[in-house]
Amino acid sequence: MKVKQISVFLENTTGRLAEVTKTIAKAGINLRAISIADTADFGILRIILDKPDEGMKVLKDADFTAKQTDVIGIILDDQPGGLMKVMDIFNRDGVNIEYLYSSLINEKGSVVIIFKVEDIDHGLEIVEKAGLEAIASF
Amino acid sequence: MIGLYHDREIETMDKEALSALQLLRYKKTVADALKTPFYKKRLSNVGLESAEDLRSLADIKNIPFTTKEDLREAYPFGLMAVDKEEVVRMHASSGTTGTPTVIYQTQRDLDRWTDLTTRSLVSVGCHKGDIFQNMMTYGLFTGGMGLHYGAEKLGMMVIPVSSGNTKRQFQLMKDFGTTVVHATPSYMLYLYSKMEEFGYKLSDFKLKKALVGAEPHSEEIRKKIENLFGIDAYNSYGLSEMNGPSVAFECDQKSGMHLWEDSYYMEIVNEKTLEEVPDGETGELILSILIRTATPILRYRTRDLTSIIPGPCSCGRISRRISRIKGRTDDMLIINGVNVFPSQIEEVIMKMPEIGTNYRIVVKKNGLLDKLIVQTEVGPSIFSDDARDMNALKRRIIDNLRASITISPVVELHEPGVLPVQEGKAIRVVDERGESK
Repeated sequence: MKVKQISVFLENTTGRLAEVTKTIAKAGINLRAISIADTADFGILRIILDKPDEGMKVLKDADFTAKQTDVIGIILDDQPGGLMKVMDIFNRDGVNIEYLYSSLINEKGSVVIIFKVEDIDHGLEIVEKAGLEAIASF
Repeated sequence: MIGLYHDREIETMDKEALSALQLLRYKKTVADALKTPFYKKRLSNVGLESAEDLRSLADIKNIPFTTKEDLREAYPFGLMAVDKEEVVRMHASSGTTGTPTVIYQTQRDLDRWTDLTTRSLVSVGCHKGDIFQNMMTYGLFTGGMGLHYGAEKLGMMVIPVSSGNTKRQFQLMKDFGTTVVHATPSYMLYLYSKMEEFGYKLSDFKLKKALVGAEPHSEEIRKKIENLFGIDAYNSYGLSEMNGPSVAFECDQKSGMHLWEDSYYMEIVNEKTLEEVPDGETGELILSILIRTATPILRYRTRDLTSIIPGPCSCGRISRRISRIKGRTDDMLIINGVNVFPSQIEEVIMKMPEIGTNYRIVVKKNGLLDKLIVQTEVGPSIFSDDARDMNALKRRIIDNLRASITISPVVELHEPGVLPVQEGKAIRVVDERGESK
């Protein structure tokens, strides 16, 4: 299953990230994964929320430039070589990873790593074929 | 130093003789203008069917003004008054929009312009044997080539280095013993600030004079340049529509710029009523060029604010002096000597529908140089999760702007709603440079 990620365009000015967290907190929405890509003058915040559609709405209502992107959340064993296994299969099939980051989920010896690949459907297919589990929702 | 003239007869003629020469040359210019479709219509509307209809200099005020927009509409050949085969050079300047304004020169036109630049160089004490490093941009812009030929004619050795490349400027100045430079005032200050960094000291140079122009500056800036380098700095004024450099030039008295009245007919008018103002009062400078056959331009609204300095100059030249340029009557920005109209930027932005219509132009001082910032908003339609896409968008905006205004601005992407919503274009421009210039 694909996971809905929300990307938010942020100026590199003080307080903008605080505004985002405030907006989703006020709506009672929980953060499940967070990462930020920054350049010299702007940043792209990437978040995964427990209630993505609601999150998207409150962010838009607060006038943030936000966009929904599909990503894959792969459940991995929290032990040496866990990530290597995924990298290996992606590598073998020539799947181009645009970025990845870790989620906040770590329970029962498992972690969830978020992958953005060029072709999501193809990526998912490979993951499932290899017997790995992609998370359905947070 | 009185008595050093390039052309004593012309430079020191008496008022009556000057007026007679102006009338003669103005008539010739009207005759040339009547050969162009643009002026033929305009001049016959006010009863000027032939040069002889201009009976005295007082009749000039009946001629309609010519504006930058007129020149743009006449692009490309509407103001050419000679056969194309006679034209040996063209220069162009940025228009208020993407269409430039173009000026043609015959060989004789160029010779007369060159003579005027030679005269200007002599008036500040340049002479054969001087090493002249020309740090103004060569090309369509007239700043570089304008003084180049006048300096050669005078017998100076010209180093046509053009603008930029500070390291090379220093090396040339040192290795060839440059005595005179031509640059914008802000570039002179920038040069000084970089001297130590590039491993040079004042004693490496033989510099004596700086000819500064292309951007307005204060007497304080002149003094600063003079004190820092231990040289004389002279102000100059020109615009491409009137050939370029050497429309007006300071003499060695440094008390205002002699506007060469045998070559240009000058009026200063109230910018609102367009009525002539008395000497000493500030208004918009109106110029007619009297020494160019290929592109005659009559009563051109320069949009530059200045005043005529009353009384004669102690150098003995008859041409009256104008004060430093005090401002503009339009919204043109001068960024490191390059003229930029906000409307050019707007035109580029509007041609990129993917970026919003709300934008802002900010001009700042970045150290000693000007920095042009174009702020745009990132709406949902162009926002990409991929930073590379966003940077490519920025690059595209910069490239499109550079193609129009010739310089690269800094482009900032902002969140929607951050830039104040604006209606008039004047409000879109925030000039934070203050009075330091």
